[in-house]
Amino acid sequence: MTSPRSGSLLARQRVRSAWLLLAPMLIVLAAVAAWPLMRTIYFGFTDASLADLEARRWVGFANYFSVVQMPSGRVVYDGLLADPVWWRAVWNTVRFAVISVTCETVLGMIVALVLNAKFRGRGIVRAAILIPWAIPTIVSAKMWQWMLNDQFGIINDVLLKLGLVSTKIAWTASADTAMVAVLVVDIWKATPFMALLILAGLQMLPQEIYEVAKLDGVGAWRIFWKITLPLIRPALMVAMIFRGLDALRIFDLIYVLTPNNIHTKSMSVFARESLFEFDKFASGSAASTLLFLILALLTMLVLWLGRIRLDKDY
Amino acid sequence: MKFHSAFAAFAVAAVLAAGPARAVDLAMVSGDTGNGQRILREILDQYEKKTGNKVGVVPLPPSATDQFGQYRLWLAAGSSDVDVYQTDIIWAPQLARQFIDLTEATKDVVGAHFPSIIKSQTVDGKLVALPIFTDAPALYYRKDLLDKYGARVPASWAELADTAKLVMDKERAAGNKDMWGFVFQGNAYEGLTCDALEWVKSNGGGQIIEPDGTISINNPQAAAALEMARSWVGTISPPGVLAYQEEESRGVWQTGNAVFMRNWPYAYALGNSESSPIKGKFKVTTLPPGSGEGARPAATLGGWNLAVSKYSKNPDAAIELVKWIASPQMQKYRALKGAYLPTIQALYDDADIASAQPVIPRWKEVVLNAVPRPSAQAKTRYNEASSEFWTAVHNTMSGEGTAADNLADLEFSLTRLKGTAW
Repeated sequence: MTSPRSGSLLARQRVRSAWLLLAPMLIVLAAVAAWPLMRTIYFGFTDASLADLEARRWVGFANYFSVVQMPSGRVVYDGLLADPVWWRAVWNTVRFAVISVTCETVLGMIVALVLNAKFRGRGIVRAAILIPWAIPTIVSAKMWQWMLNDQFGIINDVLLKLGLVSTKIAWTASADTAMVAVLVVDIWKATPFMALLILAGLQMLPQEIYEVAKLDGVGAWRIFWKITLPLIRPALMVAMIFRGLDALRIFDLIYVLTPNNIHTKSMSVFARESLFEFDKFASGSAASTLLFLILALLTMLVLWLGRIRLDKDY
Repeated sequence: MKFHSAFAAFAVAAVLAAGPARAVDLAMVSGDTGNGQRILREILDQYEKKTGNKVGVVPLPPSATDQFGQYRLWLAAGSSDVDVYQTDIIWAPQLARQFIDLTEATKDVVGAHFPSIIKSQTVDGKLVALPIFTDAPALYYRKDLLDKYGARVPASWAELADTAKLVMDKERAAGNKDMWGFVFQGNAYEGLTCDALEWVKSNGGGQIIEPDGTISINNPQAAAALEMARSWVGTISPPGVLAYQEEESRGVWQTGNAVFMRNWPYAYALGNSESSPIKGKFKVTTLPPGSGEGARPAATLGGWNLAVSKYSKNPDAAIELVKWIASPQMQKYRALKGAYLPTIQALYDDADIASAQPVIPRWKEVVLNAVPRPSAQAKTRYNEASSEFWTAVHNTMSGEGTAADNLADLEFSLTRLKGTAW
């Protein structure tokens, strides 16, 4: 309260106009993000059914965990937290995210380093490599589904002709290969995105450092580990978080490509099934809420482990 | 024939009565297999010409499971974008609240349909949807190949497996490397519930949930049926069958790479179309019985219906459209063009249909004896019950646990789903 009145008036005016300018964005965000999120969380605590949303009642944590007495007198635990299918979906999703993001980062890095070098036709190659990313996922999933088809798919045909396999493989049907098929398609699709973000980071690097390093006779491998990687680490971490969040929400690829069983079911597939197919809208809302929490938790964990400050300017 | 003319006259009169009022735009959704979408468009073109109304079709994927989720979403949002929904026979109890009661508007025509099908679409006295075609599967077999190797049409599942193996092995030895014995719908979706219900029922293993609501699935005969199906995968059926829906199995069959196929009648017309490599080489018969006590041939009752959304802005025109598509002439048109089974009993004695699609008159008995899925018992929880069932079957066929263990787990989860009452 020591500041002069005129200053505080000016400050107040500035604060007011700042709020005014921010208001449209805040309103839009509240309408399209906060409100649906709150509704979903709220529905998770009710027994809502899509057949009649108005007839819902508050049930507390029953969708998450409850103890039920069966007609036979046996006591069982009910709710998402006691559902092995849900936990399997969580495991599937997390495993998928870790493997796909790791592969995409390594491959994306290699592609970015290649594209960062000067060669003829670089512009065309840079544009061409983006094609998988530009195709809508649902289209590429359908396309890969035909390519991976066990009887008339081109992949089995090529492998057979090359003599790499002796019988046609049911890529998406077999429990052993279904997840691999999903991973291959996801890596094919998202590597260009990763490469692009890393490339952007690479092009920001000052050339002088490299010249000095060369003059000092430092090897290429050492340059990469000691100069390039530390310098692009911030850009790399942001790209990995983007991809990680995307991968944790994986839905379309798995839904289109594989039979709906526990081997590939992800959290989003699980939530959709409860929400719209089964008469379990409330339980599906609870699953969506858990998905949101798990996403938030994992992101915080990565930020903390990677010591990234989102509010810092790099 | 008189019967038909009377109906024809009535339908035209009804349409004319509704027609001149004002031309309206209607929208209907339909997901269908094969050339079902094209036939529907032809039917709608005739309707548009007659009435001046316009009907847009929103096409959906052929998987019934996918369609249902989308319907639920539209209806829950109270969307008026879609007036007429094409619904699976099992959905009436689940969506009843959001469709218009057709009892009054259709009381002049329902009498001509199979009573069992009308009953399946009636929920608490309300007619939820009007049937446009019914479905009961057939066993498709390659007549030319069976004759070639002196095999007869199988009279049991065990014989089917033996014959399939014999023909497949000999064909492969003769250089036809892609040949398989038997294809069906093994993906984890509603179609597997249909296929597996047939295996279980035909082996005397009951129908998952009996009409009185008892959960009967955990029995040795059901387990034996699933073990039998498991033994097919990788031997007479391609391992990929675990990801096949109707169209994938038809893909293998119609390219001439399967001896037997379980599929709906729509594949009959397509298999005999001009460009089909197996045109004239195959025949159909009923699915075989199993071997246990009470074994009998069993076919799961399928079929599609039209319902009018409660949120439609033009309910009267929509009801007229539904009656038009369900009318005897249009059911006949559909039968002639695509071998779709009519829901109007008299059409099974129709001479034109009998000569164009001889399978149809033979299928009347199959339809009359078809096994319904337990949708009437499980009501709003049917989809979840069905999903539990197909998951147990899919797990068994993928080699995850024995049939007996999976069925014991299934009984437990169904009991839990049932609670005190369905």
